[in-house]
Amino acid sequence: MINKTVKNAQEALQGVESGMTLMLGGFGLCGIPENSIQELLRLGVTDLTCISNNAGVDDFGIGLLLQKRQVKKMISSYVGENAEFERQLLSGELEVELNPQGTLAERIRAGGAGIPAFFTPAGYGTEVGEGKESREFDGKMYLMETWLKADFAFVKAWKGDTAGNLIYKGTARNFNPMMATAGKITVAEVEELVPAGELDPNMIHTPGIFVQRIFQGEKYEKRIEQRTVRQA
Amino acid sequence: MGLDKNQIAKRIAQEVKNGMYVNLGIGIPTLVANYIPEGIEVVLQSENGLLGMGPFPTEDKVDADLINAGKQTITTLPGSSIFSSSDSFGMIRGEHVDLTILGAMEVSEEGDIANWKIPGKMVKGMGGAMDLVASAKNIIVAMQHTARDGSSKLLKECTLPITGLKCVKKIVTDLCVMEVTDKGFKLLERAPGVSVEDIRKATEGTLIVEGEIPEVQL
Repeated sequence: MINKTVKNAQEALQGVESGMTLMLGGFGLCGIPENSIQELLRLGVTDLTCISNNAGVDDFGIGLLLQKRQVKKMISSYVGENAEFERQLLSGELEVELNPQGTLAERIRAGGAGIPAFFTPAGYGTEVGEGKESREFDGKMYLMETWLKADFAFVKAWKGDTAGNLIYKGTARNFNPMMATAGKITVAEVEELVPAGELDPNMIHTPGIFVQRIFQGEKYEKRIEQRTVRQA
Repeated sequence: MGLDKNQIAKRIAQEVKNGMYVNLGIGIPTLVANYIPEGIEVVLQSENGLLGMGPFPTEDKVDADLINAGKQTITTLPGSSIFSSSDSFGMIRGEHVDLTILGAMEVSEEGDIANWKIPGKMVKGMGGAMDLVASAKNIIVAMQHTARDGSSKLLKECTLPITGLKCVKKIVTDLCVMEVTDKGFKLLERAPGVSVEDIRKATEGTLIVEGEIPEVQL
């Protein structure tokens, strides 16, 4: 089996340069590639285009990259949790392309699956549709949306093996499986890295073919945005 | 006077039928889960990738890897399933979800909805709202009838950027329950203590009143 293992985040991010387009998995702070983000901060690369459903919070996740002005453009669906983001956006320092969440997910899936464009009903008749081709199918109007690809895709999984196979846990799956397919180089960071053969092939969510580099993250803070509990 | 948030949620819960797959938006719609009548089995969809959303966890069961679309910690239930964002929106666009309940800033008499942007002020993004309203078979909106300054949010035409066209079927506000028809907002029920005249004054769009309008029963 081809061994995709690299030592650490530093080795995994070799080749990342300023001006690149990156995908970062996660929904809110759930399932984000924490260790890869730390390494992006350390590298100090700038003018990045980041494709990610959200933009983190002020002091965690992609919010850290925004604070250091490393991001030129975000492609996201919802950015409401980040005051610094909103400030940079309203002042014109940051370019933002907002996509309906399902459109964003499908554009990434299409990028990984070799589908250059598709039609979706989401956003028809709204400003999302401005300048885009629309077409009627069976009496309903649809918008044409195009694929998204990235120079590097950073995904986070629960378990992975040396062959690059990945298993996600809970709703930390979210955008990670699609992004894993759409990176020229896909870097997977996992909580537990095991030798090939230890994961049940029936349980694999992302087959190793999509992953070029895999490493076990040094530590995971797994911050919770809205800790909501009920009485026992 | 009028219904409070919990009463709006309680009234909407009456629209939920046995066996439905339901997506609840953030805010008042989330409260609907608390009022689903005994004996009605529904499956709640959370668009970040979960079917069968359970209640909030007890302190010892909090799991950072298990949240809802509002980023709150939640639990699964027996029979729950977890999937990717593309599968999640596949079930939404593919019309497998039976009912969507969401909030709105404005609704037009044709059923257009605006709830994602206030130009120059709020730029949080649409999240999954545009996919949901473009595809759901049945959309119920929970909202306040008027803005703080008293201006109507039920309009001839939306003034804010649109989220989706001709998609809202029913609206429950603090003042009343309405259905969107070809001819405008049809008044179905009024909140206790609220007159038809009060509702007419608070509605800028065409209001259709036929016969006696009963009070909301909670």
